[in-house]
Amino acid sequence: MPRDVAVIGAGQTEFGEHWERSFRDLVVTAGVRALEDANVPGEEIDSLYVGNMSAGQFVGQEHVAALIADYAGLESVDVPATRVEAADASGGLAFRQAVLDVASGASDVVVASGVEKMTDLGSTDTTEALAGSADREWEVFPGGNTAALYAMAARAHMTEHGTTRRQLSNVAVKNHENAVGNDYAQYPTSIDAETVESTAYVSEPLRRFDCSPASDGAAAVVVAPADEAEKYTSEAVDVVATEQASDSIALHDRDDITTSKATRRAAKRAYSEAGVVAADVDVAEVHDSYTITEVIAVEDLGFTEKGQGGKAVEDEVTTADGDVAVNLSGGLKACGHPLGATGVRQVVDVTRKLREEHEVGLTHNLGGTGGTAVVSLLEAR
Amino acid sequence: MTEMGAPRFWRNIQQRYRLTGTRCDTCDTTYFPPRQLCPECRREGDVEEQELNGTGTVVTYTTVHEPSPEYEGDSPYSLAIVELDEGPRVTAQIVDDEIQVGDEVEACFRRMGEGGGDGVIYYGFKFRSLD
Ligand SMILES: [Zn+2]
Repeated sequence: MPRDVAVIGAGQTEFGEHWERSFRDLVVTAGVRALEDANVPGEEIDSLYVGNMSAGQFVGQEHVAALIADYAGLESVDVPATRVEAADASGGLAFRQAVLDVASGASDVVVASGVEKMTDLGSTDTTEALAGSADREWEVFPGGNTAALYAMAARAHMTEHGTTRRQLSNVAVKNHENAVGNDYAQYPTSIDAETVESTAYVSEPLRRFDCSPASDGAAAVVVAPADEAEKYTSEAVDVVATEQASDSIALHDRDDITTSKATRRAAKRAYSEAGVVAADVDVAEVHDSYTITEVIAVEDLGFTEKGQGGKAVEDEVTTADGDVAVNLSGGLKACGHPLGATGVRQVVDVTRKLREEHEVGLTHNLGGTGGTAVVSLLEAR
Repeated sequence: MTEMGAPRFWRNIQQRYRLTGTRCDTCDTTYFPPRQLCPECRREGDVEEQELNGTGTVVTYTTVHEPSPEYEGDSPYSLAIVELDEGPRVTAQIVDDEIQVGDEVEACFRRMGEGGGDGVIYYGFKFRSLD
């Protein structure tokens, strides 16, 4: 990057069903928490990015960046506000755009936020809105939706690599266990594999507890030039890479439907840019929209060999005390998945961990079945 | 709110009824649905229509229990990714209840979901087992 960038503040709302709180309340709350954490006054903000997948379908509101700038009191100090959208990778993209804005020298202090208010809709309409991340004409019209597509990826992974139903359950069990004690998590409760396997099928072999929930929530981080971070906080975390890649929109057009090419491409570039290898990463927030999503992601991020992702939990590769602690927050599964907020929330959680005992953190955010991937690497000071 | 609207459906009527794809003679690759531009050769591609014979093999499949609104009356149903003999892969329903990876299938024309409020009944291709 032309200029090094650091995260100087991070904040989020509690994730869950917030029927009493509006879309704008959520994101303003997260933004205020991030700015307080960064000790940055509103006048110093040069630019605002908002990751949001589908406020139009969920709450009937477009033009949300202007709305947020207005309600956050940033209109009065003349802050340009931009919404970015890449399905449930919108938050990761918002973070990346904020970092690039500072790296380029165009801006100094930038806020990256993400928000989704999903629970105003019923579950059928939510399924339909989520399906907008797939190819509407050639995946959804024939009867597919996000869960059905990931179910077919899961079946293929089981057929080709011997991944078992229990190994999928293990991902959900691990992430729920990790969420215990996370005050922001939607489901901070332990579950066992038998419970996962007793929930109803959504799309075979995936069951209800293989799926991340519908959630309301928002998250925000403040980024600034790395060499000015000390001016604001003693708890800055360096952004050492942020990369983005694409794959076909339709799952059926992938050469290998058990691999996320976008993840592999973005990760390869990010590792190279940061001068680290996968084994250096000790904490990661990984996109687990479904249990199979995490299984595939830990392979494509290089935490396991291809085909071995199913064993990552039982082999203690990705557990809290493992080689790389994956989804200590609870992940999308247990922390919750307010689509556009998730990619920013991942940066919030990795920042918290790097302020404590971890050294190298990774965030991995996917859009839909993987048409977009964003991988960022952060380091403790 | 979000069902396949009529104009969007009729625009693709040829492909939905006849399985017409495109073939790029420059790189010798067949695509379905049709593409104006070959994704490998881009502007150097020589793209023409190709009718597909409608037979293929099941690559992977699922049984959908929680469908989108227009398919609520049909669930559970089988959905698969089918690799057509000419090479392209499609997502489509399988009319048989019992399917396996590797099954040989052929396209057939069937009623698809009813598009929400407008009462229009849509037709399109599904697949049935040849075994
Ligand atoms: Zn070509």
